[in-house]
Amino acid sequence: MLKVHRDICGYCGCCVSVCPEGALELIDAYLSVEENCTGCGICAKVCPLGALEVVHEK
Amino acid sequence: MIIGGGPAGALAAKTAAEKGLSTCLVEKRPAIGAPVRCAEGIGKEGLAEFIQPDPRWISADMSGATIVAPDGFEMSLASSLAGSKVGYILDRKVFDRALVWQASEAGADIFVKTRAAAPIMSDGRVKGAQLEYCGNVSKVNAEVVIAADGVESKFGKWCGIDTTVPVREIMSSVQYVMTDIDIDPGATVFYLGNEVAPEGYLWVFPKGKRAANVGIGISGKKSGKGHRAKDYLDRFVKQKFPHGKTIECIVGGVSVCRPLDCTVADGLILAGDAARVVDPLTGGGIYNAMYTGKLAAEVAADCIAKGDVSKKALMVYDKTWRASKMGKAIERNYLIKEYLIKQSDEKLNTIIHSVSKIDLKEFTTLSLVKELLRANPKLLVELGALAAQLR
Repeated sequence: MLKVHRDICGYCGCCVSVCPEGALELIDAYLSVEENCTGCGICAKVCPLGALEVVHEK
Repeated sequence: MIIGGGPAGALAAKTAAEKGLSTCLVEKRPAIGAPVRCAEGIGKEGLAEFIQPDPRWISADMSGATIVAPDGFEMSLASSLAGSKVGYILDRKVFDRALVWQASEAGADIFVKTRAAAPIMSDGRVKGAQLEYCGNVSKVNAEVVIAADGVESKFGKWCGIDTTVPVREIMSSVQYVMTDIDIDPGATVFYLGNEVAPEGYLWVFPKGKRAANVGIGISGKKSGKGHRAKDYLDRFVKQKFPHGKTIECIVGGVSVCRPLDCTVADGLILAGDAARVVDPLTGGGIYNAMYTGKLAAEVAADCIAKGDVSKKALMVYDKTWRASKMGKAIERNYLIKEYLIKQSDEKLNTIIHSVSKIDLKEFTTLSLVKELLRANPKLLVELGALAAQLR
């Protein structure tokens, strides 16, 4: 699953534009993650600040 | 209905209202113009097509540009252009407000802190949007929706248009507004090189005598833990402006892909960054946003008057911008960008050194590349399709 480090996030929407599932949405200063997120990690890669992390559940 | 209160949305709303349409603009943020997320540069001529320059939203007048090669060699485009101001660095917080102000004066209704949460669809056609404002949900019907919802656009996607930007073609960007730094207040500076800004560039855009937007965009492909846009920018700032003060930190994404294959649907037009019409070479999008926003409203008004807002009727918008000077510039600059990002630092050095020997009479990408090819015929072979297009 995708973890949003909200203390780091600059709510810029860069991640939203590259999400192939359309699972992210920037609602003003809040990045929302929908259930259809596959944890592909594309968003985490492009984030200018490193605010996103794919966490693999054990 | 117009979704988004940036330059595209504001011009669309102003134009639609002037055409006598009942117009509403919704902006999800509580304030127009913030956060900025922009390096704020725009060409003087392009801007004048839409609004008279006003000192209240012009931070600085630019008379030239400097390109810094990977080896540190500086090519100045200022001397041969002495006397003619080529562009402005805007104050977008004030500029965007001025544009929306104009739209409201033209008769458009403006709703801030209001989010378009879903389209209203009927028989596969867009018929309006569900709006959320402080916990209240309302359904608003519209004959045409213009989605100008920026790089993080969702509305088009909800209506079936794939707006996903390829990873390699998103510029992962960070910018600091810095004060107390030594700069040339009359020239923009672009730093190139795979060490400085892989597949992108780093910019210093003056905002005053000792202040500037200092930012960077790198390809999403090159971004990752330990080597993100912020890491590259911090390294540069530490070395170049160690005593500067950062008074604002801005992050963002800039698409440098080709525009969407189709920018309309039944009852829907996409404009500005949402349509991915940013200049792929420079990353500049203000002019293109204003141009497509205005055009979108003009076409919408025509189609509404004729009683046909189908995709087929709205295609006039898509065809017009593609055939326009802007549309052609995007395609040409896309090819130039694709060529440049593949070059090694050594090759970039060669290119910039040879361009510097050319006496440029005008400051456009086209003239620059044409002159480059004339000075360096060897490149002609390598440039292939690009060269053929430019001849």
